[in-house]
Amino acid sequence: MTHDQFEVLSNQAVAACAVVYFLAVLAHLAQWAAGRKVSEPVAEQVTVGGGESAPVAVEPVAEDDARMEMFGRIGVALTVVAAFIQFIALVSRGLAADPVRVPWGNMYEFTLMGTWVVVVGYLALYRRFGLSWLSPVVTSFVLVTLMIDVMLLYTPVVPLRDALQSPWLVIHVVAAIIATGAFTLGGMCSALFLVKQRWEEKHAGDATRSGGYLARLPKLEVLDRIAYRTHAFGFPIWTFAALIAGPIWAHYAWGRYWGWDPKEIWAFITWVVYAAYLHARATAGWKGRSAAIVALVGLATLWFNFVGINFFFGSGSQHSYAEPQPTAVVRTL
Amino acid sequence: MPATGYEPAPALRPREFARWTWRQLTSMRTALILLFLLALAAIPGSVVPQEAVDSVRASQWKEQHTQLTPIYEKLGLFSVYDSVWFSAIYILLMISLVGCIVPRLFVYGRGVRAQPPKAPKNLSRLPQHRELDGDDATLETAAAWLKRKRYRLVVEDDVVRAERGYLREAGNLLFHLSVLIVLVGFALGGLFGFKGGVIVVAKDSFANTLSQYDDFRAGAFFSAEDLKPFDFTVDDFNVTFIREGREAGMAHKFNADLTYQSSPTAAEQRKKISVNHPLHIDGTDVFLLSHGYAPHITVRNADGRIAWSGAAPFLPEDSSFRSFGVVKVPDAESKNGRTQIGLEGEFYPTYAFIKGKNGGPFSAFPDARNPAISMLAYTGDLGLDDGEPQSVYALQKKHLEPIRKADGKPLRIDLAMGRSTTLPGGLGTVTFDGVSRYVKLQVSHTPGQVTALTGMVLALIGLLCSLFIRPRRIWVRTRREGGRTLVEVAGLDRSAGGDLSGEIDGLVAVLQPTTARPPAAQSMAGESS
Ligand code: HEM
Repeated sequence: MTHDQFEVLSNQAVAACAVVYFLAVLAHLAQWAAGRKVSEPVAEQVTVGGGESAPVAVEPVAEDDARMEMFGRIGVALTVVAAFIQFIALVSRGLAADPVRVPWGNMYEFTLMGTWVVVVGYLALYRRFGLSWLSPVVTSFVLVTLMIDVMLLYTPVVPLRDALQSPWLVIHVVAAIIATGAFTLGGMCSALFLVKQRWEEKHAGDATRSGGYLARLPKLEVLDRIAYRTHAFGFPIWTFAALIAGPIWAHYAWGRYWGWDPKEIWAFITWVVYAAYLHARATAGWKGRSAAIVALVGLATLWFNFVGINFFFGSGSQHSYAEPQPTAVVRTL
Repeated sequence: MPATGYEPAPALRPREFARWTWRQLTSMRTALILLFLLALAAIPGSVVPQEAVDSVRASQWKEQHTQLTPIYEKLGLFSVYDSVWFSAIYILLMISLVGCIVPRLFVYGRGVRAQPPKAPKNLSRLPQHRELDGDDATLETAAAWLKRKRYRLVVEDDVVRAERGYLREAGNLLFHLSVLIVLVGFALGGLFGFKGGVIVVAKDSFANTLSQYDDFRAGAFFSAEDLKPFDFTVDDFNVTFIREGREAGMAHKFNADLTYQSSPTAAEQRKKISVNHPLHIDGTDVFLLSHGYAPHITVRNADGRIAWSGAAPFLPEDSSFRSFGVVKVPDAESKNGRTQIGLEGEFYPTYAFIKGKNGGPFSAFPDARNPAISMLAYTGDLGLDDGEPQSVYALQKKHLEPIRKADGKPLRIDLAMGRSTTLPGGLGTVTFDGVSRYVKLQVSHTPGQVTALTGMVLALIGLLCSLFIRPRRIWVRTRREGGRTLVEVAGLDRSAGGDLSGEIDGLVAVLQPTTARPPAAQSMAGESS
């Protein structure tokens, strides 16, 4: 296959995986719709009828659960298929360049790779953490992000600029993307934690509240723990990406390991905020709600760094992936 | 006010006040707040151009915002990262860190050898607690299982005390101390290092002395004698531009061949440098940053004597390498005697022209296929002798007059390579002889790099221990009741994200193999690690 054909293949694979993700979203919506529909009367029966009416309720619940499980399985299976197609898109994107290169040279490719990491991370943890409640969030997030990526960020394949041609690029970017994926997943859990906490406060003592998506979310402490563990996984990787591999690469490419470039500043800010998150979880009065908010602030700085810096600061950053900006030299001596 | 029961709060004596302050400063909450402040304080530096990062952009910004500039200057917003307030935050953070970590170091030092603690009286109060039937061998089985899981053990008559994960606190301490090491490394670079930029035209040489640099920044403790006496010649510069396809015009690869000597008496050596592949020479690094064109221009007096000749580096303005530059001729002659001439304008590596109102010259390709210059000429006083430093890449036009054509319009010199033109008023001729490429190099010496890197790697190791080692305590106690042996298993996970249920289930399953219960429903959403 020629490079151009690989590029076409990559674009088609992106379109195809988006379609499959869409189907996965539908399956998960059906899954939770099934969960909602039948469990409400059940709750009523239990409260009104007490002990003896419970057996009557068992059947619809079981049927309901079976349907949920079926749709859930379909959704996960579709997600696996979509992730595989997306993997093909990534590989062929790399093969489309001449010379062949890693498929992370611009924002389009970063986003493609990043969403894939989110999906793979979610699939990998699916069983261990029992993540079926996260499915609708992950699949719709990935679908929307991919759509934005294709519509706004698409860039034709071009070779890597000289500054990007370094093994440290591969190491640095892979680590940064994996950490971003982990933080994104963790942020979803923290967000769900906040939503569920609010909902619980609002419906405290309300016996008819059961049913629906929020009720079926894990307990708050479990949400908090899963969020913590995903963040704790991401943090050392981010440390490595932003504060070890990045500086080493910057040393070779630009002759300084840390230059307070906007991108570096925001990577540092992200790091500090997540360090604050880890502290917050160990500080009385900050556990739970406040810590979750800190985690979301961290995620905001992370995404801002990824998207915002390129748009708002443009040529002011050496990390802008545009043409090299020649800088003037002033003789002041 | 009731007279009784009221006692004025004792005024804090200085000692107590100091102690109180110290306790506040080293509290976790303060650390948290300082971390937030640090993150917030770092933001302005990404919005306002920083002098230390890009002095040109900073001065451009200042010219455009004359009202804000004095305020921003007072606030130190053009050099956030060495401003008083930024330094204050991180110094406080570091003091807090030391104050927090050193006492913990002592505690840890005393505790490393400690035996697993005594079992609490009431085991059922612990977060994880199970009861089951056992026999005489139960404790032995439990001890063997815990040993295999690398617990530190104390086996007594009726209880097994087990603990593991001592390295977690060690990791935490290592991480925080390493942050200090990184800071030391960073400071070393800032105080003793230097960073200089220089443009060297192909075939020219560079000797490492202050006067050779175009721009130079050094730390407070740097002195010019610290510059190592090396020199090098840029023998050749190679660049390939992609000619076809949508990447056309992109530089594919560029590199420079250098011949260098680490001192005037040392042997000559050769090295090809490119982006990501610097030259290391005697503790100093020479990096290739970018490249550009230096047209050769000769200015002759009316009598044919050369007033100025040389290759003038022009600075690229866009990816087509349309470049901007000046030529300063301090010793020119006109009909009326001595004068000075300045040329200012653009260089086009592949000259092309669009006719029409909005048209004009442009560069069609970054490679030098059809080089041309288009410059305005000035005469008068270049301002070189008034003592003020001035850029070699700009004319100071205060005392310069444009040279005009007969019709009064400013004279524009448009020359293809190899051509000459005569200036009016007996000012002589200008010739565009040819073109060389130049490289923009950065020469820097950053002590403390290895210190900072070591610190960062240690910090990472510490972090991994601190995050992933789970400090756990497990107690197994037996009690005879009637004819039965009652066994209690209880545990405590002391880490932030810990969930011990899986581990306890595992232990219970071993102690009670036949009636092993399925894991509790709650642990399904947790994990077993
Ligand atoms: C540059 C500043 C700091 C950074 C980047 C930082 C970072 C971190 C990180 C990432 C953790 C998580 C490790 C874990 O959860 O075990 C942590 C834990 C901790 N930090 Fe800091 N820290 C800083 C300053 C401080 C200061 C000033 C204090 C004391 C007031 C402090 C006290 C602690 C303590 C006690 C823990 C352990 C919490 C636990 O037991 O889970 N840190 N720190």
